[in-house]
Amino acid sequence: MSSATEHATTDVAHGHDEHAHDDHHHAIPTGIKRWLFTTNHKDIGTLYLWFAFIMFLVGGAMAMVIRAELFQPGLQIVDPNFFNQMTTVHGLIMVFGAVMPAFTGLANWLVPMMIGAPDMALPRMNNWSFWILPFAFAILLASLFVEGGGPAFGWTFYAPLSTTYSSDSTALFVFSVHIMGISSIMGAINVIVTIFNMRAPGMTWMKMPLFVWTWLITAFLLIAVMPVLAGVVTMVLTDKYFGTSFFDAAGGGDPVLFQHIFWFFGHPEVYIMILPAFGIISQIIPTFARKKLFGYASMVYATASIALLSFIVWAHHMFTTGMPLAAEMFFMFATMLISVPTGVKVFNWVATMWRGSMTFEVPMLFALAFIVLFTIGGLSGLMLAITPVDFQYHDTYFVVAHFHYVLVTGAVFSIMAAVYYWLPKWTGKMFDITLAKWHFWCSLISVNVLFFPMHFVGLAGMPRRIPDYALQFADFNKWISIGGFAFGLSQLIFLALLIKACRKQGEPVSDQVWEGAEGLEWEIPSPAPYHTFDTPPVVK
Amino acid sequence: MSQQETPATYEKYYVPEQSIWPIVGAVALFLIAVGAGNYVVEVTRAKDGYGSYILAAGIFTLLIMLFGWFRDQIRESMGGLYSAQLGRSYRQGMMWFIFSEVMFFAAFFGALFYARMIAVPWLGGASNNAMTNEVLWPTFEAMWPLLSTPGGVQTTEMPWQGLATYNTIILLISSVTLHYAHVGLEKNKRSQLNVMLLVTILLGCIFLGLQAYEYVHAYRDLGLTLQSGIYGNTFFLLTGFHGLHVTLGTIILIVLYLRVLKGHFTPKEHFAFQAGSWYWHFVDVVWVMLFFFVYII
Repeated sequence: MSSATEHATTDVAHGHDEHAHDDHHHAIPTGIKRWLFTTNHKDIGTLYLWFAFIMFLVGGAMAMVIRAELFQPGLQIVDPNFFNQMTTVHGLIMVFGAVMPAFTGLANWLVPMMIGAPDMALPRMNNWSFWILPFAFAILLASLFVEGGGPAFGWTFYAPLSTTYSSDSTALFVFSVHIMGISSIMGAINVIVTIFNMRAPGMTWMKMPLFVWTWLITAFLLIAVMPVLAGVVTMVLTDKYFGTSFFDAAGGGDPVLFQHIFWFFGHPEVYIMILPAFGIISQIIPTFARKKLFGYASMVYATASIALLSFIVWAHHMFTTGMPLAAEMFFMFATMLISVPTGVKVFNWVATMWRGSMTFEVPMLFALAFIVLFTIGGLSGLMLAITPVDFQYHDTYFVVAHFHYVLVTGAVFSIMAAVYYWLPKWTGKMFDITLAKWHFWCSLISVNVLFFPMHFVGLAGMPRRIPDYALQFADFNKWISIGGFAFGLSQLIFLALLIKACRKQGEPVSDQVWEGAEGLEWEIPSPAPYHTFDTPPVVK
Repeated sequence: MSQQETPATYEKYYVPEQSIWPIVGAVALFLIAVGAGNYVVEVTRAKDGYGSYILAAGIFTLLIMLFGWFRDQIRESMGGLYSAQLGRSYRQGMMWFIFSEVMFFAAFFGALFYARMIAVPWLGGASNNAMTNEVLWPTFEAMWPLLSTPGGVQTTEMPWQGLATYNTIILLISSVTLHYAHVGLEKNKRSQLNVMLLVTILLGCIFLGLQAYEYVHAYRDLGLTLQSGIYGNTFFLLTGFHGLHVTLGTIILIVLYLRVLKGHFTPKEHFAFQAGSWYWHFVDVVWVMLFFFVYII
C-alpha cells in the first residue's frame, strides 16, 4: 500500500503542480517514515482510507465464503463453526475496520480544509489513533487461527455465546475491541476539538458545511458510546475468565443485561455509521443540482435530533427478550419518531434537486442511488420497529436485508460517492470516468440482486446466521449468491480505478473541479498542497 | 465563501513535525493486547506460555513512549512554541477524554442499577416473573445486597461505616488540597503549591493503601470475592476501576510534583497541571457516586 502511494507522491513533486507545495515548510518526508511518523492530516486521511478499503476487501472475501456456502441448501464448503466465524468477523471488520475508518479518513482529509484549519487539532494523537487500528485487526484476524477457532458468536457477541460457549480466543477478541475503541475515541476527540477550536475567522456554526456538522455530532456519539462498548467487553472477559456473573442468572446477573449494555452502545453506533453519510450526500447533491442545499438549518437540527433519539431506542433490538409491555411500547414509539428527522433529510435532498440544473457525474450517481436505496433500508427499519410484527421478522434475513440496505447502499455508497467527489481534489487528476461508470452500474445492479431477495426469504421465515436452510429458500438464495459474487467482483473495478488514480493518471482538473462545487476546499489548488491554511482564511 | 488576507494578530498554530512516539505507542498497545489476551488464558486455564512476558514488554514500551512523548511535549511548551489556541485544544481534548471516562463508569453503574432494580427482583418473581422464580430457583428470595445468589453462593455485605467513610473523607480533603495547590500556582505562591500538592499525593497514597486493605478484609474476613455473584462483581469492578484511576491520578500528580520542583509552570501557563487536577477531581466525583450507590444504599 505504502509503496504505491509513495511513488505517486514522488510523481507530484516532479509533476506539473510544483508551485502547490509550500516553500517555508520542510520537504515532505519520503519513504516508509513518511507514513509511520506522519503528523499530516492528509497523509493520515490517506492511510485511513486505504486501510478501510483493504479491510473492505478482506471482509468482503469472508462474505464470499458465506455466500458460497449458502449457494445451495445443505453443508458443502465449510463446517458450521467456521461459517459462524466468517459471519462474526465479516461483521466486525465491516463495522469497525471498513465503514468507521473510511469516515474517519474522510474527516481527516476534509474537515481541516473545509473549516480553514492548518491541520487537525492534535496531529500526533491523530497518527496514534490510526496506527493502532491495523494492529487491532491483525490481532482479530490472527485469532481465527488460534486453537478452537476465532470468535464465532456474531458481531454482537451476545452472552452466553461469548462467555460460556466461546473459544479461548475470546480474550484476544476483547483486547482487540478495546484497541479499536481507543482508536475511535481518540479520533473523535480530535475531530470535535478541531471543529470547536480551529475554525477560520468568520466560519460561524451555521456556515459550516454539513459534512463538518454531521461529523461533529458523530464524534460526540463516538465519545459517548465507545467507552460503553469497552465496559461491556470487559464484563464478557471477567464473566468468561474470572468467575463473575454479570450475564449469568445463577449469580444474580442476566444475559439480557448484556443486550441492554451492548445496544446502548450499538444503536448510537449505527448512527455513527450513517450521519457522516448524510453529510456527504448534503455536500454532493447541491453541487450537481447547482442549487443551494434546501433547508440547511433543518438539516443541522435533524442530525442533532437523530443523534439524541439514538440514545433512547436501543431496546428495539430486543423486542423478543420478554421485556415488560410498557418498555416494548416506549421503544417502539421512540424508534418510529426517528423517521421524522430522517424524513426531513430525504425531503430536503429531493427539494434541493427540484428544478435544479441537474447533471449526473459519477459522485451524483452514487448520491442518487444512496437516496433511493437508503430510503428502502429506512422503510424496512420502520417495519422492524413495529413490535408485534417484529416477532415475525426478528433474527430473519429480513433484518439482514434491512441493515445491508442502510450500511452497504447507505454508508458504503456514500463513502464511494465521497471518494469520487473529492478524489480529483486529492490527486489533481480526474479519475477514469469509464471505469467509474462501470463500477457504479455493476455495483448498483448486483447489490440489489444481492440484498433485495433477502427481504422475501426473511419474511418467509429464513433465519439469519445459519450455514444451511430449508429447501423452499433455494432459488432465492442462488440469486442472492450470484448477486453477492457480482458485487464483490465489481469492487475490483474500484480497486483498479484507485490504483490508476494514485499513480496520477488522468486529465488535470481545475481548482474547483466540479462546476457547481462551493466551499473552502474547492478554492485551494488541485491537488491540495501538503499544507493548507497555515494562516487561516477569512470566511465571509 | 471567499478568502481574504489574514488578520495580522494571528498566532501560528503549532503543527509538530514527524514524531516516532505514536508508532511506538501503537506497537506498545499491540504487545499489551496480545500479551494480555494470552496471559488471561494462561492464568485461568493453568497453561504455559509467553503471555506475561509479552504483556510486560508492552507495558515497558508504553512507558518509554509516554516518557519520550511527554518529554518532547514539555520541551516544545517550555520553548514557547505553543499558542493560546493550542492551549484551548489541549484543554478541550482533556475535557472530552474525561467525558469518555464518565461513560466508561456509566456502563458499570448501569449494570449495578439493572442488577439491583431489575435482574435480581425478577429472579425473585417480581413483575410478571412468578414462573421464572418457580421453575428456575423456587427457594431464591430477592434481596440487595445479594448475599445469597440463586446458585447458592453466600457472602457478606461490605459496610459503609469504617474504611469506606475514611476513604471518602480522605478523597474529599485531597480535592480541597489540590484546589489550594492550584490557587497557590495561580497566585505564584510556590511553597503553597509545593506543600499542598505533596499533601494531595500523600492522601492519594493513603487512599490506595486503605483500599488495598479493604480488599484483603473482604477476601479474608467477609468472604466477599469477585466470584460472589452480582454484588461482589459490581463491588469489585466499580471500586477496582476506580482504584486504577486513582493510581493513574496519583502517578500524574507525582510527575506534576517533580515538574514543580524543577520550576515548571507559570501562573498563566500550566495546562498539564490543570489537566491533572481535572482528572483528580473527576476521580473524586466518581468515588462519591460509588460511596453512595455501592456502599450506602
